[in-house]
Amino acid sequence: MEMVRMKNVYKTYPNGVGAIYDLNLVIEKGEFVFIIGGSGSGKSTLIKMLYREEKPSRGEIILGGVTVNKLRNSKVYKLRRKIGVVFQDYKLLPKLTVYENVAFALEVTGADSKTIRKRVIDVLTKVGLRHKANTYPDKLSGGEQQRVAIARAIVNDPKILICDEPTGNLDATISMEIMKCLVDINKELGTTVLMVTHDIDIVKSMKKRVLLLKEGRLVKDYPEGKFKNETI
Amino acid sequence: MKLFRAFFRSIRDAFKSVVRNFSLSLASISCITITLIIIASAILISFNVKNFTTEIENDVTIVVFLDYDVVEEDRINFENEIKKLDNIDSYTFKSKSEVTQEMIDEYDTFGEILSSWEENENPLKDTYNIKVLDVNKIGETASLIKKIDRVSLVQYGEGLVEQLLQVFGAVQNITIIAAVSLILVTVFLIINTIKLTIFSRKREISIMRLVGASNSRIKFPFVIEGIILGIIGSIIPIVFTIWGYGSLYTHFGGQLFSPIIKLVKPMPFAMYTSAILLITGVIVGMIGSARAVRRYIKI
Ligand SMILES: Nc1ncnc2c1ncn2[C@@H]1O[C@H](COP(=O)(O)OP(=O)(O)OP(=O)(O)O)[C@@H](O)[C@H]1O
Ligand SMILES: [Mg+2]
Repeated sequence: MEMVRMKNVYKTYPNGVGAIYDLNLVIEKGEFVFIIGGSGSGKSTLIKMLYREEKPSRGEIILGGVTVNKLRNSKVYKLRRKIGVVFQDYKLLPKLTVYENVAFALEVTGADSKTIRKRVIDVLTKVGLRHKANTYPDKLSGGEQQRVAIARAIVNDPKILICDEPTGNLDATISMEIMKCLVDINKELGTTVLMVTHDIDIVKSMKKRVLLLKEGRLVKDYPEGKFKNETI
Repeated sequence: MKLFRAFFRSIRDAFKSVVRNFSLSLASISCITITLIIIASAILISFNVKNFTTEIENDVTIVVFLDYDVVEEDRINFENEIKKLDNIDSYTFKSKSEVTQEMIDEYDTFGEILSSWEENENPLKDTYNIKVLDVNKIGETASLIKKIDRVSLVQYGEGLVEQLLQVFGAVQNITIIAAVSLILVTVFLIINTIKLTIFSRKREISIMRLVGASNSRIKFPFVIEGIILGIIGSIIPIVFTIWGYGSLYTHFGGQLFSPIIKLVKPMPFAMYTSAILLITGVIVGMIGSARAVRRYIKI
């Protein structure tokens, strides 16, 4: 089953900068896909169009059956509930505890308190942070904050998890812990994972499908296990 | 059910946010407090000045003394004449003997002297107390009355009344102008303070959107937060109004400088003023935050 389809997608920012040119792409349900490329090659732009932070200038984007490019502003929140997002800077709400941060993503869907409690404890246990439930984000290490962000991203049981350089701020050991966490989610929950990264070592070690962007174009698409090396 | 949940969660989030963003909340609260104290002062001053004016206007009467030896016919003639004047509101007649009786009631010593007089010896005169419609034209009216036949003396506290009214009119205008401009400036300040506090939470708003919160779910807690800030911000001004004005009133014994300048009684005046303050605080807080979030909520 198709999770993502992008057809002849172009993106030019209002200031005239072109970021994506004629991009065609299909990602199947349950895949784990890396997106790599040099700085400014359009990686973030590509995934921003998936969670509808940016609109494509041209072309069609379908995610989990939703035609994202036709989605109205007022309905974007419905799309966001089907997608988990993880960023380099974690994007946790600073005035909420770990528990509250994760719970927030469920509360906004209108879930009842009992379900929320159970789900939040479940995912926090899954990322190994149950004991930090009542801590505020600024009291956590980078790796821990990122695990909270991942817990929040999966608490809704999304179909797809989109990560923009989730290990960008973390050292090699912690990065591998985060990767293990993402791979587990992909395997155990069957969640499609899309991960933008700069870290070629991680990409090499994981043996997953790899998309290479260069100056806004998709120039290579390595199937699972075929990626050897690239200089980006 | 979902709507109920969202409602209660929003209220809970709003309280959380007020407490956890304490320094920001404090900035907004103090801003609201200062504005409301200014508004309270303006209301207290202008209503009192208005009260002085109306009290004085009500008190002002032209007292007309007729000649000693007037007869019924003269009085009828006088009444007909004043009915022709257009600034006359009402008049009351007091005969010599009524005036005498009044003085006897008021001062014991007068009583002894006065009661010794025979009716035709009475040195007092028949009097009319006349209320005018427009106090500002009282001088004119008095001089017209003076010209009527058999009028002996016309009194109305000439000079003083006009001056007082002029002063109060000026004070009232000044307080209203000062209050309105101060209120405008501070309301602007409040809205900006709240905007700034929300600006500092722009990132929070974008994160909420990212994890699937609808616009109304983001906006509602901020609006509630504005209301909470408005309510907290109006506490000190309300205490200032009720307790402060109350003790001021008691301190001055309900009058300023002289018994004719009466202060407005604290109850229920202070209560109404407090209600105005609370409502203003709530509305300003609400509008401030609603407008501020709206800017960041667009996608
Ligand atoms: N909001 C924006 N407005 C205008 N131009 C933008 C905007 N965001 C990105 N760009 C431009 O679009 C191009 C692609 O940017 P993008 O952020 O997608 O690159 P990236 O591959 O994610 O780079 P990096 O690895 O540095 O994060 C760049 O030239 C960038 O300057
Ligand atoms: Mg990027």
